[in-house]
Amino acid sequence: MTRSLPLIGFLLLVGLFGFGIWWNTRHDPREVPSPLIGKPAPAFVLPLLEDPATTVSKASMLGKPYLVNVFASWCVACGEEHPVLMAEGRTLGVPLVGYDYKDAPDDARAWLARHGNPYDMVVADQPGRTAIDFGVYGAPESFLIDAKGVIRYKHIGPFTPEVIERELKPLIAQLKRGTAP
Amino acid sequence: MSRALVRLLAVLLLAFAGLAAAQAIDPLPFKDQAQEVRFQNLTRQLRCLVCQNENLADSNADLARDLRHEVFGLMQQGKSDDEIKQYLVDRYSDFVLYDPPVKPSTWLLWFGPGLFLALGAAVVLVTIRKRGRATRIDSRLVDNATIEQGDDW
Repeated sequence: MTRSLPLIGFLLLVGLFGFGIWWNTRHDPREVPSPLIGKPAPAFVLPLLEDPATTVSKASMLGKPYLVNVFASWCVACGEEHPVLMAEGRTLGVPLVGYDYKDAPDDARAWLARHGNPYDMVVADQPGRTAIDFGVYGAPESFLIDAKGVIRYKHIGPFTPEVIERELKPLIAQLKRGTAP
Repeated sequence: MSRALVRLLAVLLLAFAGLAAAQAIDPLPFKDQAQEVRFQNLTRQLRCLVCQNENLADSNADLARDLRHEVFGLMQQGKSDDEIKQYLVDRYSDFVLYDPPVKPSTWLLWFGPGLFLALGAAVVLVTIRKRGRATRIDSRLVDNATIEQGDDW
C-alpha cells in the first residue's frame, strides 16, 4: 500500500490536470460572469444611430422583451457574428436592438450599409458610459431583457447558430409564455 | 558596434520609453498629491477586464481608461474606496477585484492552500512516527544479529 502511494498521488494529479484541460475547452476563462442577470437593467437614454435627435430609454422599451446586441464597426468578432444575426435575427420573435459601442457614427452607418442591417433599431453609445453600467467589457455581447426591464440572459462573444438554438430561443419562448422564473 | 550606432540605439530606446510612459499616464486633474496616491493605490487593486492580467492603473486598454475616469469621477463625488469597489463589482462582478472577497464560494481558494499544507504536514508526521518506531525495532533486531527491513520504505 505505502509503496503505491506515489503512483496514486501521480494519478490523482493526472486526473486533476486532465479535468483542468477538459474544463478549459468548454469554458472561456476570460469570460466575466455578469452580476446583472436577474436584476433590473440599468436605466439608459441613448440616441438612435440613424436619428440622434430621437432617444430610446429603458422606460420606452418596457412592455415586451428585446435582445440588445453590443457591436462596433471596429470589432472583428462582430463581423463573424453578423451573418448569423442577418440569418436568424428575424426568426427570434423579439426586437433586435443594435448597441453601437464606442464607435464613430459614420463608421457604424457605413459598416451596416456594407454588411446589411439585422437590427430593428440601433442605439449609439459613443462615449461608452452607459456600457459600463451594463458591465460591457468588449464586443460583441448580448443581453436579453424582459418586458419588465429585467436582464434575463447575457451572452459574451459572437452568437453562433448553436448558441441561439440551445440557449437563446428556449429562453425567449419561456419569456413569451410568461413562465420565466 | 560603432560608437555612432550605440548612440543612435540609445536615442531610439529613450524615445520609445518616453512614448510608453506617455501612453500609460493620462493626466487627471487631481486635487492634491494625497488624492493621486489614493487613486493609484485603488486602481492597482482593480483588474482590467480586457487584458485580464493587468490592473487598471497599468492598462492601456480603452475600457481601462474609461474605468479610470469613472473611478476618478466617483472620487470627486466623495465616494470611499469601498463604495467605488462596490460600484464596479455591481457591474463587473468580483472578477474586477484582484483580491477576491472571502465568502463560501471562495473558501476553497482562500483556505485550500492551508488545507493542503495541513494534509502534507499530517503525512510527514505519520511517516516520521512510523519510521521512528521501525528504527527502534530495527536496532533491537540488530542486537539480535538479525537484519530486517521496515515494511514502510
